[in-house]
Amino acid sequence: MTALELRRVSKDYGEGPAEVHALRDIDLSVEAGALVAVMGPSGSGKSTLLTIAGSLEDPTSGEVLIGGTALSGMSRNDKARLRRRSIGYVFQDFNLLAGLTAAENVALPLELDGIAARKARVTSMATLEELGLADRASRFPDELSGGERQRVAIARAVVGERRLLLTDEPTGALDSANGEAVMRLVRAACKRGVAGVVVTHDAQLASWADRVVFLRDGRVADQTSPPPGPESLLASGPRQAPGTGQ
Amino acid sequence: MSVRHALLALLSEGPKYGLQLREEFEARTGEVWPLNVGQVYTTLQRLERDGLVESDDAGEDGPQKGFRITADGAQELAGWLRTPPDLSSPPRDELVIKVLVAMRLPGVDVHEVVQVHRKYLVELMQEWTRLKEDEADYDLPLALAVDAELFRLDSVIRWLDSADGRLRRAAGDPPGRAASPVPMPMPRLRRKAGVRR
Repeated sequence: MTALELRRVSKDYGEGPAEVHALRDIDLSVEAGALVAVMGPSGSGKSTLLTIAGSLEDPTSGEVLIGGTALSGMSRNDKARLRRRSIGYVFQDFNLLAGLTAAENVALPLELDGIAARKARVTSMATLEELGLADRASRFPDELSGGERQRVAIARAVVGERRLLLTDEPTGALDSANGEAVMRLVRAACKRGVAGVVVTHDAQLASWADRVVFLRDGRVADQTSPPPGPESLLASGPRQAPGTGQ
Repeated sequence: MSVRHALLALLSEGPKYGLQLREEFEARTGEVWPLNVGQVYTTLQRLERDGLVESDDAGEDGPQKGFRITADGAQELAGWLRTPPDLSSPPRDELVIKVLVAMRLPGVDVHEVVQVHRKYLVELMQEWTRLKEDEADYDLPLALAVDAELFRLDSVIRWLDSADGRLRRAAGDPPGRAASPVPMPMPRLRRKAGVRR
């Protein structure tokens, strides 16, 4: 199933000579269970792409579909409900609420959506357990390391029925070991059926994705082919680069 | 990696047979650097000739011949461990040359050339990362070797990204248009590349 689809999405800011084309004719689809990385330099439009995919902003033209439903026909309330129920966001800052434990932070979006506190708490614990964070459930954010906080933020983003995980430089503030732990968790969430989009300028982070889309000046400039699997590395050494013949 | 020193390292743990050395060499390096059988035996012969290992005199050359490290061999190994690899002089990097050539050729969009290589490198990193994801929990040497590859490839991509940006700025182009060729005397760059050995 296509969890997220962008059809010829463009976004302009400003008018006249000050007009900026942040995104131009973006086509992108992300299947359930897949992780797609969007790579590009600053100003390439990748964060705009993420906010539009997450319905936080409307495109100037084009269509965004989440779980097959077009956002353009939805009321503000419907969109807000969709955001609460179906989409999880993770940014570079962990954005956990300091006065709540890890489990309460993860349960919060469910409670905001009207689910009874007790049931929300059970679902929260189940998610923390699935992601290997059960032993951190009763800790407050300031009792967790940076890596643990970001992993809790990911648990919060995928708790319940959330089927779309949108992340913007999720490992930006972490060292490489914690960054890897976070990406393993994102992969684990995708294996449960979540569709993931990670926006980054970092190739190590992008290399966790099934597919890497290169954004340049608001356009999709290129994308990687599906990986052939690790066997190819061990069989005959790394592949020959295109055009590197001696 | 130097096969010679890898074999000395394995023998510093105790006497071993040729076949055993080959198997352990592969296991230690996470099978990232496959080795052919002949290489092990010819290297052992040379080590013996140089007095760095000793063999059972009676045994014939081959998988069953036993070897042990000598005092000279142990000293050689200790020295090698602490000798920094030669990173002091810039390597003749083929990719750098390609980009330098691309920016001078009329009709060639250097950014397109950069992207071809960036994409290839990211695909390669995806393969290594997948290998790490699948195996590295169980195989520490493999995880270390894969990390080294990932950091190396990442550094090349960073250079490409920085070159891409620098070329755009140098050309003073608005984003999205190809940089016009900038004259760049490559031979001078070569001459300036210092050699400090």
